Amino acid sequence: MKCHQCDKQATVHLTQILNGQMHKMDLCESCAQAKGVTNPENLSIGSLMENTSDVPESVHSPMTCESCGTTHSEFKKGGRLGCEACYHVFRPVLDPLLDGMHAGCKHLGKIPAGSKSRVKFEQSISQLQTELQAAIEQENYEDAARIRDQLKELEKKEQANIGG
Amino acid sequence: MFNDILNDNNGSAKGPKAIPVTLSTRIRLARNLREFPFPGRAETSQRRAVLTKCMDAMHEIEELDNSYAVEVDDLSELERQILVEKHLISRELSDVDEASGIILSKDRNCCIMINEEDHLRIQVLQPGLNFSKVWKRVDELDSNIESEVSYAYDGDLGFLTACPTNLGTGMRASVMMHLPGLVMSKNMDKVVNAVNQLGFAVRGLFGEGSDASGSIFQISNQQTLGESEGAIIERLDKTLQNLVRQEEFARQKLLEDDGRRLIDKISRAIGSLKSCHLIQSAEAMDLLSLIRLAADFKMLPETYRSTADRMFIEIQPGHVQLAAGKPVEPDDRDFLRASLLRQKFAKAPFIKTDG
Repeated sequence: MKCHQCDKQATVHLTQILNGQMHKMDLCESCAQAKGVTNPENLSIGSLMENTSDVPESVHSPMTCESCGTTHSEFKKGGRLGCEACYHVFRPVLDPLLDGMHAGCKHLGKIPAGSKSRVKFEQSISQLQTELQAAIEQENYEDAARIRDQLKELEKKEQANIGG
Repeated sequence: MFNDILNDNNGSAKGPKAIPVTLSTRIRLARNLREFPFPGRAETSQRRAVLTKCMDAMHEIEELDNSYAVEVDDLSELERQILVEKHLISRELSDVDEASGIILSKDRNCCIMINEEDHLRIQVLQPGLNFSKVWKRVDELDSNIESEVSYAYDGDLGFLTACPTNLGTGMRASVMMHLPGLVMSKNMDKVVNAVNQLGFAVRGLFGEGSDASGSIFQISNQQTLGESEGAIIERLDKTLQNLVRQEEFARQKLLEDDGRRLIDKISRAIGSLKSCHLIQSAEAMDLLSLIRLAADFKMLPETYRSTADRMFIEIQPGHVQLAAGKPVEPDDRDFLRASLLRQKFAKAPFIKTDG
């Protein structure tokens, strides 16, 4: 198998799905190194994405993470995010990337013990909010009031947990 | 203790004896601590704080009692190279300038890198193909670490990592495979294609510009989000077991179709190893690959399989210099490498055929 960049023998073989299309890349060691993909564990999607523009122009506006200072162009170039908060800031450009990169966009794996209660809390909150919205839309104010009380109660409990 | 690790002739993980085709199984988990920027974005003081926090946490974990912990800065360039050649740490970590660390369990089967691309890279490896055992150990170790530190985690996106390619489970499961049958029968391209389509990456392990020398490949999952760890491992495991069967089939066919040529190749490899005086690592890898194959075919005693595995590591440039006790120029390395191999294979029997 020949390298995509030069005629040398390819030793690095990658497949990425971008825009729902499969892109294969066979590279020799030196070209792989030049592209920064020598280690598949540290695959830089940024450099592989150079020739594809699957991010709509509208989201090309300067986007910067206030928490760590990572800019959108830095992320595009290096393919790395700087901190937890980046995942919120860059979510609009990240989502289409994740869609092509992974088997799905929702984590289905291990939940850390410390996060289990937090995740459960967030899930209950979001479910109650949906119910509340539905109750209001149906002008079912009795239910809405009850749900609002439940929400308050939950938030109070969580505050107490964090405090403790 | 570091000298023990450097001189550990076993090269990598300790455990059951070497088996055909599958060299080792590895799972690594990428984790980050909450409230600290990822290492690539962090100030030195923040990296140092993470390093201290992680090192402290490891002291609390029983499984890591008597483990070896060191800061990367405290290692010489050669020492770092040795750890890379033993596949215990990544080249990326070995290049890091400050505030990064390594924790290696007493049995050398767990290795934790601190402040590589992510705050923590927790890895467990085992010889042979054994995902369930490796997963159980890395999962437990991860949970134990998590009881000491708080991980960056999102309900939707899972474990948050510096590179979105690791997002979700943060898990990379991989197996090192010796596939000379598929390489010699020119089926490797087809295999790479098929395996790629299942979302797995194939990489020549010792490739240095040419073909994967030694016919050793590392196969790993590429996708980390949208599937549970168990589902990823099950799919990979199935694919690899299928690949083992393909390799066995290819070997059998080589033997049936043109056995004389195969025996000729193996015999010449034995001859070269017994009599070389200058040899580069790529050539040595290919000869050792044939030795491993010969042991699988029972043309050589089984012990030569693990000899080949040890030599795959010991002929690497760093190890040759370690054995010499000083830095050595490439030409002289080829000489030292040849004399090591001559000595190891001096007693290897030649293969007898009827002709």
